[in-house]
Amino acid sequence: MSILEVRNLTKKFGGLTANQDVSMTVEKNSITAVIGPNGAGKTTFFNMITGVYQPTSGIILLENEKINGLQPHDVSKKGISRTFQNIRLFNEMSVLENVLVGMHINLKAGLLGILLNLPAIRKEEKASEMKAYNLLEYVGLADSLNEKACNLSYGAQRRLEIARALAANPKVLLLDEPAAGMNPKETKNLTQLIQSMKHEFNLTVILIEHDMKLVMEISEHIVVLDHGEKIAEGKPENIRNNPKVVEAYLGSGAIQTG
Amino acid sequence: MLNEVIQTIPQVLIDGLALGTVYAVIALGYTMVYGILELINFAHGEIFMTGAFIGTALLIFMTGTGWGSALPAIVMLIIVLIVTAFLTGFLGMGIERLAYRPLRNAPRLIPLITAIGISFLLQDIVRFIAELTKGNYIVTGPSLFTEQVLIKTSSISSIFNDASIKTSFIIVLVTAVVMMVALDIFVNRTRWGMAMRAVAQDRETASLMTVNVNKVISITFFVGSALGGATGVLFAVQYGTIDPYIGFILGLKAFTAAVLGGIGNIRGAMIGGLLLGVLEMFASANLTLLTGGVFGAEYKDVFAFAILIIVLLFKPEGLLGKPVTEKV
Repeated sequence: MSILEVRNLTKKFGGLTANQDVSMTVEKNSITAVIGPNGAGKTTFFNMITGVYQPTSGIILLENEKINGLQPHDVSKKGISRTFQNIRLFNEMSVLENVLVGMHINLKAGLLGILLNLPAIRKEEKASEMKAYNLLEYVGLADSLNEKACNLSYGAQRRLEIARALAANPKVLLLDEPAAGMNPKETKNLTQLIQSMKHEFNLTVILIEHDMKLVMEISEHIVVLDHGEKIAEGKPENIRNNPKVVEAYLGSGAIQTG
Repeated sequence: MLNEVIQTIPQVLIDGLALGTVYAVIALGYTMVYGILELINFAHGEIFMTGAFIGTALLIFMTGTGWGSALPAIVMLIIVLIVTAFLTGFLGMGIERLAYRPLRNAPRLIPLITAIGISFLLQDIVRFIAELTKGNYIVTGPSLFTEQVLIKTSSISSIFNDASIKTSFIIVLVTAVVMMVALDIFVNRTRWGMAMRAVAQDRETASLMTVNVNKVISITFFVGSALGGATGVLFAVQYGTIDPYIGFILGLKAFTAAVLGGIGNIRGAMIGGLLLGVLEMFASANLTLLTGGVFGAEYKDVFAFAILIIVLLFKPEGLLGKPVTEKV
């Protein structure tokens, strides 16, 4: 069963075409990797799914419901959450607060309730603090919940971004280069975390990644973008031997001599 | 000479704190909006002024009716404060919606010019309404709290003179402090306050984390303008006579206070406001004495702004501000 479907997605910035006619289907509860050389349009693709950019043409369906045209906060309420290629935490806020911001969706209070700080709202806040704590425990950051986000180590900041993304109860989690800058041990832990998350939270994961070892190990389906276009998709073992993919990464000379 | 300066300190502190709290609360409006949009909302001084007029109109109306004058003055003031806060809050929210939001992605100079335009617009609208109803744009409200209280600070130590306070001073001080504490709790302890801080740090990421950025910005304008409007009422009660142009110089000083404390920093605005108020009152009381009569009390602004320039020379980010690192 597909959870996310993208049809003929095109994004043009003036004369530059960042994505051209990209179509793909993501199965529920799967891990899909989007790969491609730098500048292939992977992050633009993510930005369109999350509503940061509006596609020039094409549609995006989440559980058969059109989500392009929605504001980013509405897209995230529908159940798409993400992390960033360059870590973008709220640095001046505490670790716990970072996760709580991700849960902002749960707050039903109106303006009056906020100003008067009604008991029902305080109760809601207590419950979400509990949930945030559990998430931090899950990613192994429960000890540093009162620390400022900018004081965490690099790997911990990456994990905090994941906890914050999980806070919104996503159905689909987009990870933009989650292993960038990590050492092999951290990458191994991350691989385990992604797999366990998928089961624990009933998630569908889509990730952009350059670490091919991680990609091949973790993903069930791979989509390859080059110059904004989809050049291949399939199971990891098929992608590994696909001449078009090798060409995109290494240039056409690699195939002739190889 | 030093003795004479020390003698005035109790009175300087009292007057300075009262004026400083007014600056501080208005400065909050500037600093909150700057923190979240990097926009200097020059119309904020005019929101303060509009609040002063709405409050005065309500007070005149209520003292004119039978049931209004039957109420104790303090209850009447509280009602007026709340009603005015709501009205100016919605005014600020409306201004943001109509004038600033369409320009959200325009170069920063453009909303700044718009803000100046809005502030002229408000001045003239208020002047027009005041002249239409009262025949004059300079309006004097009912005097409510005029009793004087003498504080025997000389009994603490003989080097101090006694200080006197108008009861309205106490009311201004208490109300302003209550508003500041409430805001501090709102921003640091509630979820919408947290969303505000998140939007201030990174608007796009906040929106990707389910935060409705437009709503947060609306709330920011509402809260800032409500506080500004309520302060306008306090000002009107304190000084009696108001005109549509009071917002300009007071807004400018409050903005200065916000910069002094570190713009974008809420606690900084409070400290900056209090400091500026006390400095100004100190200068007003002692300049003649300190300069041997060369400069009179009317140079108080020069003195206060000179201090500001010196602080900013050594600490350009303001007292509580953080050095700016360019966002990538």
